Amino acid sequence: MSTRPIPAQSTVPSVAQPYAVFEARGITKIYRMGEVEVPALRGVDLDLFEGEFVVLLGPSGSGKSTLLNILGGLDVPTSGSVRYRDHDLTKDDDAHLTGYRRKHVGFVFQFYNLIPSLTARENVALVTEIAAHPMTPEEALGLVGMSHRLDHFPAQLSGGEQQRVAIARAISKRPDVLLCDEPTGALDIETGILVLDAIERVNRELGTTTAVITHNAAISGMADRIVSVADGRIAQVRVNTHKQAPSELAW
Amino acid sequence: MFRFLRAIDRKLVRDIWHLKGQMTAIISVIACGVATFVMSLTALEALRTTQEAYYDRYRFADVFAYLKRAPNTLIPRLAEIPGVAHVQTRVARDVILDVPGLPEPAAGRLISIPEVERIDLNALHLRSGRYIEPGRDDEVLVTDGFAVAHGFHPGDRVTAIINGRRRQLRIVGTVLSPEYIYTIRLGSLVPDDKRFAIMWMGERSISAAFDMEGAFNDIALDLMHGADEQEVIDRVDRLIEQYGGMGAHGRRDQISHRFVSDEIKQLERMGTIVPSLFLSVAAFLLNVVLSRIIALQRDQIAALKAFGYSNFEVGLHYMKLVLVVVVLGVATGCGVGCLLGRHMTTMYAKFYKFPILLFSLPAKVIVLAFLVSLVAAAIGTLGVIRKAVKLPPAEAMRPEPPTSYRPTILERLGFASWFSQPARMILRHIERRPLKSFFSMFGIAMAIAVQLLGRFPADSLGHLLELQFHVSERQDLRITLYESASWQGVYELQHLPGVLRVEPRKMVLVRFKNGHITRRTLIQGLVDEPVLNNLIDEQGRTVELPEEGVVMNAKLASVLGLKLDDTVTIQFLQGTRQTVEVPVTRLISENLGTFAYMNLRALNRLMQEGNSFSEVNLSADLDQYDQLYEQIKKTPRAANVAVKQVSVDSFRRTVMDNMLQMQFFNVIFACVIAFGVVYNTARIALSERGRELASLRVLGLTRGEISFILLGELAVLTLAAIPFGIGCGLILVKLVCHFLNSEMYRIPFVITAKTLGMSVLVVVVAAIVSGLVVRRRLDELDLIAVLKTRE
Repeated sequence: MSTRPIPAQSTVPSVAQPYAVFEARGITKIYRMGEVEVPALRGVDLDLFEGEFVVLLGPSGSGKSTLLNILGGLDVPTSGSVRYRDHDLTKDDDAHLTGYRRKHVGFVFQFYNLIPSLTARENVALVTEIAAHPMTPEEALGLVGMSHRLDHFPAQLSGGEQQRVAIARAISKRPDVLLCDEPTGALDIETGILVLDAIERVNRELGTTTAVITHNAAISGMADRIVSVADGRIAQVRVNTHKQAPSELAW
Repeated sequence: MFRFLRAIDRKLVRDIWHLKGQMTAIISVIACGVATFVMSLTALEALRTTQEAYYDRYRFADVFAYLKRAPNTLIPRLAEIPGVAHVQTRVARDVILDVPGLPEPAAGRLISIPEVERIDLNALHLRSGRYIEPGRDDEVLVTDGFAVAHGFHPGDRVTAIINGRRRQLRIVGTVLSPEYIYTIRLGSLVPDDKRFAIMWMGERSISAAFDMEGAFNDIALDLMHGADEQEVIDRVDRLIEQYGGMGAHGRRDQISHRFVSDEIKQLERMGTIVPSLFLSVAAFLLNVVLSRIIALQRDQIAALKAFGYSNFEVGLHYMKLVLVVVVLGVATGCGVGCLLGRHMTTMYAKFYKFPILLFSLPAKVIVLAFLVSLVAAAIGTLGVIRKAVKLPPAEAMRPEPPTSYRPTILERLGFASWFSQPARMILRHIERRPLKSFFSMFGIAMAIAVQLLGRFPADSLGHLLELQFHVSERQDLRITLYESASWQGVYELQHLPGVLRVEPRKMVLVRFKNGHITRRTLIQGLVDEPVLNNLIDEQGRTVELPEEGVVMNAKLASVLGLKLDDTVTIQFLQGTRQTVEVPVTRLISENLGTFAYMNLRALNRLMQEGNSFSEVNLSADLDQYDQLYEQIKKTPRAANVAVKQVSVDSFRRTVMDNMLQMQFFNVIFACVIAFGVVYNTARIALSERGRELASLRVLGLTRGEISFILLGELAVLTLAAIPFGIGCGLILVKLVCHFLNSEMYRIPFVITAKTLGMSVLVVVVAAIVSGLVVRRRLDELDLIAVLKTRE
């Protein structure tokens, strides 16, 4: 990769002079489904600042997942540019994108995507083994309150527990950004709060730039900024002056 | 557990464990392929290296020649032939043996050896006892097989009829000879250790017994490196012609060498056909199973990629899975192949008399087996792995789109109303992935084909046996004379006790020539309308022998490049040694040898030998066998006696028993393939359609009904595989027959209905059993859990 060395763990956010970790300009994404072209993003400009907690809010099909995938280097836009620090993601080939994900990004998915044949500890180890300065799997699982279930297989864990393992797996490499796609989408309120707690704690304690996708407006209460996505465009960006703890959220 | 393994490798181990049933099936199929491969190659290696080493150490000669009688003064002239390194001359005679405990006469060949042991060509390997001592003219060395068959030890005695006189010979040692690795007498199909012995006797005593002092009748030559064998043979022939030379020949026509070399050639060919069948089925199974694993693990692949696992690492992960299967398959296969190879080598040791037949599993065989299996696996899986690697991570996060179905051809043709809803589901499923369905069917078909391949030799040999011993040879015994006798002899034989019918025939050693192609073989002169020695073609139809001209078997004609009505040059190597031009008046297809036939009278006329014959076929009254045998043992002219029933029995005992053992393995192999294919297909179908089937159960369908949908597909494929498998099997059998086609024999293409039936039955049973195993899982289908599973 051609980016300059990036500290694995950024310092506490500087609110006064925010540094844009991501700069997306005019990104569009068109999916081709056989004969039909389906536009998912129709020109999105977005900045994400170092250490902030952003909620991407929007109904399903609004294009927010596509946006997140592009920021995370899972997908490339049809047009437009995405800059991560001083690095242009749209110019990267597959190998560079892989390296980018490997070094800088932590993902949390709606359906956890744990490897069913690996225990909680091993699911985390899957990532720590390929990272440069990882925590130990035990440390990462401790951060999400899963120290007591290290050797359980996904099938032996509840949905919330599985998602917390997934978060541990995402943060164990000390990523620069944590991208969560509907992390509570498959969970009930109580479990959802536990999971959001874990994400919030990582953002607060490790200073990891965090973007969470949701269609649940209540979650926006815990964000620094709320970006509303509708029909492939950014509809509104709102700064939240009164940050709530997950437990205070009115679901 | 597996603390030392990386997390991704632990996933691999657990994935494999989770799929242990299917993995075992694939590993077994690979193992079968590798086992047959290793078996053929190790047996081949054992035969080949032993043959080479044996020939080398015991100085097996390069050129052989027989003649009537030549003075020893000829020896220097033989040695002068350019290219000849060493000359060995001997006295060799066929005799009849009277063996204690054996009612019928046995055949023996007496060969001279120096009184004092010295390094010579065709050296003997002493198995027990000692070499003969000078001056003791009754001492002989005998072939070890003969001694073992009768329990003879050094010191025991055997009676030989030498020049009409009974003579006690004392066995002082048992030996093996590179000339008689395959100890078979001319005209037999298999070796018979009990009734055929080679005996080596001091040259002084043998010369005295047969009035051969200062003379010899057998030549063996060792050639210098790079010598022109044909040139030497021609020169030898010219030298010995006036001494009744019967044509020199190279190792190619040396009967023991020929058998061993043919076996080696066959092993080379068989070592490739069967393993490639298994490995192609294994490649297909790997393809199906890996495709399914990758489809099921789309989200896992996506997650791995999202965390920064590279395409290479993801590809490598699945390649390791394939590698584990291959390694386990090859290891198991090498183990089983080793056992089978050892078994085969032991079997060979019964037929082929080597001083030692070393079985070993050379590293190169293992490496080769591994590489071949790896290539097959790569062919089956690289495409699938490529797909997994190419899967864009964002795409993989979404569940696989629903598979698209459409009405089948049958439905589109308007037969829709003929099928029930479940039947339609079955047909659409089969038609949706025609290639996969085809390969599943192909796999099952291969199970049938493998069995046909394994079972047909018994049918072919049975057919051969029937033709040879019941339709063609109807005599009870055959006596071969030392020399052609006049018709008078027939009448004498007629009066032997119990003899019902006597039919003379004449075997003449000849050399056929067409242009520069020559072949040394026998012409059989047959009487008009023979009863005991019927001339038949490969179908068993009686062939009329024309009054004039020569009847040739098709193989001989093709070797000589002759067509019907062509003229061929015949050089008689016996009697007055005329060279004549004769038209080919008929061609017949035969399974054995390269023979030619003539009307006995026409043959005698050509040879200017009046009414003479060299062999006689007898039918006799069973009750008087003992007396008959006693009389024959006293007949001075008889050089050889063959009792048909004994030949038939020994053939059955030796060949058929081995066939049955090999058949047993083939049935196991076929079951492994059938089970592997059917079980895997069913498991994959269950995995792909578990949700669908559970939904149907929720909708109220019974277990039986959903089993029908799942297993119906397999039933359709199995049924379709039957004719296809029989077709493929027949083609392969034909191919094998073609491969095994040699001048010695043509394997007849015969498969009985019973064989077809058994092959199909075994596969159908294997299919049903595997179906039932999977059905049990269907019964355990957890409706709610299956419906909850996100796919």
